[in-house]
Amino acid sequence: MNGFVEALADGAVVAKRNLIKVKRVPDLIVFATLSPIMFVLLFAYVFGSAIEIPGMNYREFLMAGIFAQTVVFGATITGTGLAEDMQKGIIDRFRSLPMARSAVLIGRTTSDLLNNVIVIVVMSVTGLIVGWRIHSSFLEALAGFGVMLLFAYAISWGMAVVGLAVRSPEVVNNASFIVIFPLTFIANTFVGTTNLPGPLKAFAEWNPISAVTQAARELFGNTNPQFPAPDVWPLQHPVLASVLWSLVILAVFIPLAIRQYRKAVSR
Amino acid sequence: MADAIVAEGLVKRYGSVVALDGLDLVVPEGSIMGLLGPNGAGKTTAVRVLTTLLEFDAGRAAVAGLDVVRDARELRRRIGLSGQYAAVDETLTGFENLDMVGRLYHLGRQPSRERARELLERFDLVDAADRQVKGYSGGMRRRLDLAAALVAKPVVLFLDEPTTGLDPRSRLGMWDVIEELVAGGTTVLLTTQYLEEADRLADQIAVIDHGQVIAEGTSDELKAQVGGERLELTVGSSRDVASTRSALAPLAIAEISVDERSNHVVVPVSGGADLLVEAVRLLDGESIKVLDIGLRRPTLDDVFLTLTGHAAQDGQTDEERGA
Repeated sequence: MNGFVEALADGAVVAKRNLIKVKRVPDLIVFATLSPIMFVLLFAYVFGSAIEIPGMNYREFLMAGIFAQTVVFGATITGTGLAEDMQKGIIDRFRSLPMARSAVLIGRTTSDLLNNVIVIVVMSVTGLIVGWRIHSSFLEALAGFGVMLLFAYAISWGMAVVGLAVRSPEVVNNASFIVIFPLTFIANTFVGTTNLPGPLKAFAEWNPISAVTQAARELFGNTNPQFPAPDVWPLQHPVLASVLWSLVILAVFIPLAIRQYRKAVSR
Repeated sequence: MADAIVAEGLVKRYGSVVALDGLDLVVPEGSIMGLLGPNGAGKTTAVRVLTTLLEFDAGRAAVAGLDVVRDARELRRRIGLSGQYAAVDETLTGFENLDMVGRLYHLGRQPSRERARELLERFDLVDAADRQVKGYSGGMRRRLDLAAALVAKPVVLFLDEPTTGLDPRSRLGMWDVIEELVAGGTTVLLTTQYLEEADRLADQIAVIDHGQVIAEGTSDELKAQVGGERLELTVGSSRDVASTRSALAPLAIAEISVDERSNHVVVPVSGGADLLVEAVRLLDGESIKVLDIGLRRPTLDDVFLTLTGHAAQDGQTDEERGA
């Protein structure tokens, strides 16, 4: 069998196994959807009454930001899942089998992507309930979700490296929380970046999460042409910037993750 | 007969810790090799190197005629590994676990299912086949883990402490299963810290300590290396210890050892059961009251103690854990 096809076939077997786990232990996905619902409600009703976005209904502005934050957090399950499999010796089992070295990672990132799709669906419904609307075409909206999922998929590979290196699901969780929270807040996700102090503003404007959020906003039609995005390249070309960011992250972390997997030995 | 496992001068370091320090090992096809050693001796490291899980620093190794580095992928098709911790997925059912492993060995959809059913039957797990593994007992998990190692009918099977943590009954059951397997011609490398287990299962035993094989042979050969039989007795009163020693001196072939606290006397002897009669007569002549007397052959525990200077079940060292 061709190596790549075999890796995909093995990856599908692993992904199926992960999805069975999600079905049997739904806690993870339940909490993964409950927290963004909570975020939507908190921001829409608590901050929404205080934050002014010029030319925009805050709830419309908010949704792309929450989507972006949520799928990035969703990608952290890749790290915790792999760390847990390491801990339980399952990775040892996989590594003793004649399967492709990339298969476990392909399977893991794929099932986590599907999880993210489920989460996005639930969130979209919540958003629609609180007054979010898509003002673009169906295809553009689909592209908006696609950009976010591609980015989340790329983050998954980064989390895979972390999960295999750290080996403890709790540590992966805490570590990613510390990194991802500021990353998703120092961005255009929940507030406009215009009034941020200098260094934070620069960071926010070049933060890939800002590009992804801006891309989704534009593709959902949640922007006001009267109030254009800041004049920096990634926010002027957010879709292209998001895709580029995603590809760069994939190009860096796929080889790193596979290398880490080859050496991964549980203790 | 060809050799199923050959390792020459394997070295594996973790920073400054040397886990394998020039390990040599040869296991003929169709036999069981018992790798015996305390925690931290390097047993698990050796298994990981031989099953391609771990890169090593020097030496070479081949399993089923395939080099563990160069032919790693092909080698994995021919081996089975059952680890120290039952590496089965708790949220999957027993059947799903085995079916998944079959698919990953590329047996194909239908053959994987059939093989899974077959193994569940053989390991007495049919009733539990469609239940999640988290409800399984420790013994059932180990059996399932072993079944997973057998999915592709491996020619060489690695069992890393297959009975550690099992209750005595499950352990006996596991032993039966392993014996049955080997009767079918599979070569087995078994690591254990239970001397009893090596004694019962292994054709050849390699005693390993600090990453090296320090003695090798059949269980009988190893015991002979330590010394032959000995007469062990416990006398009723500490006053009798000294007189026991002098009474039995004519039978001893080496120095008699005495434990004053427990009134325990050990006399190295050679000559079989007749000696026991002789000893009882001598003690009776001195009117010494004997609580317990027996002719004992050395256990592998004695072998271990003699060879390594420490008992087989010493506390865990950092080596195995930390590395």
